Parts: sequence; C-alpha cells; structure tokens
Amino acid sequence: MSSLKYRLFKNKLLTLSVVIFSALTAVPLVLIIGKVFLKGWRQINWDFFTKTTPTTLDALLAINNNQPIPGGIANGIVGTLMMVLVASVIAIPLGVMCGIYLSENRKTKFSTVVRFLTDLLQGTPSIILGIIAYLWVVIPLKGYSALAGSVALAIMMLPLIVRSTEETMNLLPASLKEAGLALGSPYRSVVLKVLLPSAFGGVFTGILLAVSRVIGETAPLMLTALGATTIQWDITKPASAVSLLIWEFYNDPNLQSMIWSASLFLLLLVLSLNILAKQLAKKWRI
Amino acid sequence: MSDKIFRSLLLVSALILLLIFAGMFFSLSKGAVPAFREFGFFGFIFSDKWISGTGQSTEQYGALAFIAGTLMTSILALLICLPFSLPVAFFVGEYFRGKKVAGILGGIVDLLAGIPSIVYGLWGFYALRPLIQSLGLSEQGFGVLTSSLVLAIMIIPYAASLSAEFIRMVPQELKEGAYSLGATRAEVIRNIIFPTSFSGIFSAYVLALGRAIGETMAVTMLIGNTSRIPRGLMDTGNTMASIIANQFGEADGLKLSSLIAIGLLLFLITAIVNFLGRLMIKRHSV
Repeated sequence: MSSLKYRLFKNKLLTLSVVIFSALTAVPLVLIIGKVFLKGWRQINWDFFTKTTPTTLDALLAINNNQPIPGGIANGIVGTLMMVLVASVIAIPLGVMCGIYLSENRKTKFSTVVRFLTDLLQGTPSIILGIIAYLWVVIPLKGYSALAGSVALAIMMLPLIVRSTEETMNLLPASLKEAGLALGSPYRSVVLKVLLPSAFGGVFTGILLAVSRVIGETAPLMLTALGATTIQWDITKPASAVSLLIWEFYNDPNLQSMIWSASLFLLLLVLSLNILAKQLAKKWRI
Repeated sequence: MSDKIFRSLLLVSALILLLIFAGMFFSLSKGAVPAFREFGFFGFIFSDKWISGTGQSTEQYGALAFIAGTLMTSILALLICLPFSLPVAFFVGEYFRGKKVAGILGGIVDLLAGIPSIVYGLWGFYALRPLIQSLGLSEQGFGVLTSSLVLAIMIIPYAASLSAEFIRMVPQELKEGAYSLGATRAEVIRNIIFPTSFSGIFSAYVLALGRAIGETMAVTMLIGNTSRIPRGLMDTGNTMASIIANQFGEADGLKLSSLIAIGLLLFLITAIVNFLGRLMIKRHSV
C-alpha cells in the first residue's frame, strides 16, 4: 500500500480536477449566450416583432445606404407559434391518454412494448420525423404546409408527454383511486376528476418541456413547412418559423445581421420555457 | 357503458403510438425500395459513391461515406465529452450531492440541452471555426473535428445528468463500509462507486451517442458538406443526417429514394443504439 501522504495527495488531486473540469463545462453556455446576446440585442426593436422579413434586395439597399436592415421576424414568430399550437393540439390529448393507459396497465406485455417504443421514439432524430411528415402529409396534400411541420413536431412531443404523464400518475398513492372508486364514481370520473387533476403539475411541466424542445427545431421544418416571406394563417400553406428564418439568414449574405437577433429571440424563448418548466416541477412536486 | 368507451379510448391511444412507430418503419422502408432495388441493399450500404448526375445513367448513390462521417463525428464527440461530463456527474452526484452548488451546476448543464441545434451551429460557425482556422488546424475551419467539438458540448448534459443519477443510486452502506476501512474519497470512487455504477454510466454514454448520431443542424453547418469518406479529423465530410438536411429539398426520383434509404438506416441505427442503452439501464436497475 502506498504511503498515506501519497494517497491523500491523490484524493486532493481528484477533487481538484473534478471541480476544475466541472467548472469548465459551464464555459460554453456562457460563451454561447454571451455571443448571441452581444451581437443580437441591437437589432431587437418594435419593428423586429411586427414586420415580416425583408427581401434580399431591400436588405442590400439598406446596407449600401448604411441603414439598419428594415423588417423583422413576425412571419417566423406567427409560424412557430401556430405550428407548435397545432402540434400541441395533436400531441397533448394523445400523449396524456397514452400515459394514463401505461400507468393504469403497468405490468402487461403490451404496455412494456409501448413504453419501450416510446423511449425509442424519443431517441429518434428529428430529421427522420421531418421525412415522415413529408411522406405522410406533404405528398398526400401535394405541397409543403404548416400542418406537415406540426405533425413532425407532434410526433416529437409525444414521447415526452407520455412518459411524464405516466411517471407522475405512477407516483399517486393507490388509496386516491380506491377512495374514488369506493364512493361509487365511475372509472372515467375517477381518472379524469381525481387522478389527472392530482397529477396536473407533472403533466403540465412535461408539456412545457416538450414545447421547449420542439420550439427551436429546424431540421424537420426544412422538409415540411419550407418557409414563407409573409405571415401565413392557413395551415395548409407553407409557413415560416423563427428557426427556419435563422437558417435563411445564415444562407443569405445580405441578411447576416439579422441572424443574431433572431437567435437571441429563439434562445430566450426556449430557455425561459425550460427554466419555467423546471421551477414549476420543483414547486409542484408530489 | 361509457366506462367501456373510456377504457377503449385509452387503449386506442396506446395503439396509435404503436402504429406511429410501425408506420414510420413501414413508410421509410417503402420509400427506400427504389434505391435498394437499383443498387442492392448491401450494395447501397457499402458504396461510398454519391454522384447525382444529370442523366439517369450516371446517377449513383451509396451510404458508406455518410455512415463513416456519422460514426467519426459521433464517436469523437463522445470521447471529447467524456473528460467533462464525467466530472460533472461526480460533482453533482457525489462530491456536492444535495448542496446548492450541485443544483446550480446541474441547472447550467441542463440548459445546454435546451439550446436549439441551429444556435449551436451558428456559434460553431462564427466562434469556433475562426478559432480552428487561427490555430492552423484547417484552412476553412470546417470538418469532422469542428462538428465533433460542438456535438460534444451538445451531448454533455445527456451523459452527465443520467450518470449522476446512477452515481447517486450507489448504496450509502457500501461507501461507508469503505470509508470505515480508512479509504479516501478518491479510493471510494475508484473501488466502490465507479464499479457499482459502471453499467449505468455506460448506458448513459450509449444514449448520448444516440443523440450525437442523429444531430442534424449544427453538424450540417460545420462539417463542410462533401460527399466522400473523411480522410482524417480535419477533413470535411457529411453525416447521414446532414446529407438529408442538405439535399432532401431539391431531390426527386432515385435520389429522393436514396435519401429516404439513408433515413431508414439512420432510424435503425439510432433505434438499436437506444434499445441497447435502455436495455442496459433496465438490467442495471434490477
């Protein structure tokens, strides 16, 4: 056995390196948020939220006249909100019901299979869901549409909602359900009026996390929603999204200065949803 | 009566989930048939030629270059993320377990998972790429290494938070037994905590690998988009996800089918990786 001094030295060395490397891991977050914030905040003003994206030509003229680029990302904001809303309308009822089923039928073979597939679905790359929505919605409707984007996002949201609903419902004491049934209320009222409200906190945070996960997605929307330069309320037409706009700005040399403000907006939106969900999860813990 | 309807509604929602997964596999396979028929299943997988000629005769597609690109970037990302995510896991799960610092670091690392992929891509393009250029590592700054660095940051939260959970699960008595024999903390970690939680930690990294394999936007913006097997870490290439993101929009006919075939392969690879990871978690927790 090596000497005590050497062993204690090794111990200290490990502690020190764990602390140092852990601290280093926080650096990228600071760098990324710092970069986006510093380069992005200047473009953010009222027009940024209310006007649609300028054409390349307008941007070029503004740059040549040394003026700020006119226009904003209103078409992207509307598109993102609409697609996420439609995706939520599809995914929330389906996901919550599936979660209830898995929690109510815990040990059956069928549940085990569905649970496993849910996990696999959660690991499926988002671009694949883009291809799927292309095959299932874009081809039958003969054109790109916001609806196709919503379908891709909905499939992405499903596994998160299913598992968070299931896990929260599993935490509820069995006596709760028994008490409801003992009072003679039918099964559906026990589930919908006793169990689900008690599990509301967990289900809701699961939904928020799912939304924050898909709201910044780009890849599946490239294959489905395509993008649009105007505000589009019709879900059967192509629509834009904030993430898609960032991709367009990135590819258009004249619109480069709008990249960062759009990214800042998206980043703040996603991170605040994320933090909100986690704070609520802490507060509503069963 | 309506209880029966309610129960069947729950069952149907679980069935829909099953159908979505099966339908995804079916649709991808169906879309991939023309490519497999033209080049043969193994012929397609083991060909590194990706030539989209103008005439039918010169078209030639194969997945090998992209499979190679995917494996190189994701495995390298895993190796880079290891020395950061493992200390974070021990920081949160052992050293400062339950303390406020652990909560803060855990929160920061979790936020990394919330940043949209496209913002990572921008940061990689505008901040990391110039750094790589100025270090003289590569002329353009694009390539496998640049992508892997950003991928590594992206998967740290997945690897770290799951590993921390397994580290936390190591029974207190085991650790106390070792301490009572005079072991230092470093020795307890090496001889007790690490071996006990190893299979769990390993599964966390398998799941993180699954993430890296399917990551699309950031890689698409950084890998340089050349359709051949990368000749080294500094060389450009394409991953399975990035070739789909790059070329799906303008593809039709045989090329579209080939891209869907790559999607199918990507779907299968991530499903297998996730399957193995989940299986190991199940084994570990039993």
